[in-house]
Amino acid sequence: MRAAETVKLLFRGPTAIVAAAVLVVLIVTAFLGEQLAPYDATATDVSNRLQSPSADHWFGTDELGRDVLSRVILGAEVSLRVGAVAVGISLVAGVLIGLLAGYYGRWVDDVLMRISDVLFAFPAMLMAIAVLAILGPGSTNAMIAIGIVYTPIFARITRASVLSVREEVYVKAARSAGAGDLRIIGRHVLPNVTAPIIVQTSISLAFAILSEAALSFVGLGTQPPDPSWGRMLAEGRGFVEQAWWMAVFPGLAIFVTVLAFNVLGDALRDVLDPRQRQAMAGTGVTA
Amino acid sequence: MSDVLVRASGLRVHFGDVRAVDGVDLEVRRGETLGLVGESGCGKSTLGNALLRLVEPSDGTVEFDGLDVTAAGRRELRALRRRTAMIFQDPYASLDPRRTVAESIGEPLAIHGLHKGRTARRARVGELMEVVGLNPDHGGRYPHEFSGGQRQRVGIARALAGEPEFVVCDEPIASLDVSVQAQVVNLLVRLQREFGLTYLFVSHDLAAVRQVADRVAVMYLGRVVELGAGVSVSSAPAHPYTEALVSAVPVPEPTRERTRQRIVLRGDVPSPADPPSGCRFRTRCPKAFEPCPDHDPVLQPTGPEQAAACHLHGVTDL
Repeated sequence: MRAAETVKLLFRGPTAIVAAAVLVVLIVTAFLGEQLAPYDATATDVSNRLQSPSADHWFGTDELGRDVLSRVILGAEVSLRVGAVAVGISLVAGVLIGLLAGYYGRWVDDVLMRISDVLFAFPAMLMAIAVLAILGPGSTNAMIAIGIVYTPIFARITRASVLSVREEVYVKAARSAGAGDLRIIGRHVLPNVTAPIIVQTSISLAFAILSEAALSFVGLGTQPPDPSWGRMLAEGRGFVEQAWWMAVFPGLAIFVTVLAFNVLGDALRDVLDPRQRQAMAGTGVTA
Repeated sequence: MSDVLVRASGLRVHFGDVRAVDGVDLEVRRGETLGLVGESGCGKSTLGNALLRLVEPSDGTVEFDGLDVTAAGRRELRALRRRTAMIFQDPYASLDPRRTVAESIGEPLAIHGLHKGRTARRARVGELMEVVGLNPDHGGRYPHEFSGGQRQRVGIARALAGEPEFVVCDEPIASLDVSVQAQVVNLLVRLQREFGLTYLFVSHDLAAVRQVADRVAVMYLGRVVELGAGVSVSSAPAHPYTEALVSAVPVPEPTRERTRQRIVLRGDVPSPADPPSGCRFRTRCPKAFEPCPDHDPVLQPTGPEQAAACHLHGVTDL
């Protein structure tokens, strides 16, 4: 299965296209934040505080008179960056751990997987909060904390696939030709375990964004006055009765982003599963 | 240059309690095809793997061209891997689905730094593909784009890439269509002549082995029970187990086929974790007699170029 073929199959149905389009818009928004935002997201304007949505302020203003639309736009960058870096950390660390544990087995496996079981045993939020308690609050530390929390998932998924791939005859064939462990892991094992990892990456991005929002909500993530969807949600909570827009718009932003990543992850899972793929290619069923 | 290329002495491979290979002495002579037959689970594949140290022997030694394979360090082993190769049973499973066939065939070259440089390597891979009867223009294709027989040719080309001296063919035709089995066998025979290869031809099919092998070793429950020239083993088997195997092969001659007496063995193969005392075959042997439960027979000559581990040729004990 090659990349071009995968992409072609992936975008046969409308849902994946919509999800991908939403994500493209989000990424563009994140990059162009400052230029797109109609107002300075941190500029307070007390005379215009708690304005309801209007032509001037589409999403209204918050308790300090800041434009909610501008803050949601700038928050995209924070959310995506934290999500991407956090997932990047867990992806690299988890895949590495999973490869080593799955390939070498025995005590390497025991040690690495028990550590990851311990990490896994804690509720994700509690773990992240504990890590942040050690590192101190802030968005950089939030990325690290979320990265650590999601590492065991990647480690487990990778290990499970490696366990079956390492028994494949083609791995033995490589060994019989004189290939060393490094070559076998890099050239044969890793390329054959990517499908579930890709799927997990897209789903984890959704969770990481949610976690960042949650951490910011409790005050451990992004620090004021920087806008973050989670923080905005937390700040808006106190004003739901007078100014529903303060919480609803950042909440919607989180919802749409997470949904888009999840839908894309699901579609990827279907396409990368060879059996599903065959069925799709054969019957023309769309994802 | 000794005429023995590979020598196993007292080789044992145990997986926990299971004695897959349990005391095998075997020589493979330079340039010959040694057929290794036996039913499923008798340890023939494990023996093939152990000769290349793809499984670690529990006891005994393997020598390759005078070098102790069992004691070889990482570097020596790597050098040995260039001089040996393996052809696998399942041509679907033995090729990495994510790599083009040219990448698979060229892998031994990359590992051992042979034919360095892109053009040189590509030329060599093309040459190998041609040698095994594949179109060299198809190197960029993936395994799933080939038929079973073609894939097996890819596997053979890969095995030849490093110019090995010794090739273990582990049931190379067992999972192919009958129509392509003969083609692959003929290819293997031609390549052996062309490149002076030494083969260990592992198979459960005595008829196939008889066609390609100069000598045949018959395995039962982790031991070699008979060894001899292909012709003598199949025309005048010295071990009752070999007799049973030979009797199961149809004769392509109607008059003789009509009179062929099939010896059907009773019962199942005993567990290799708990082999019978004395002769391992005695529980199923139609000719078992008094010494069999108490004495473990050793291979003893029964004729020129033939040996069997059976008390019918004089009681022995290991």
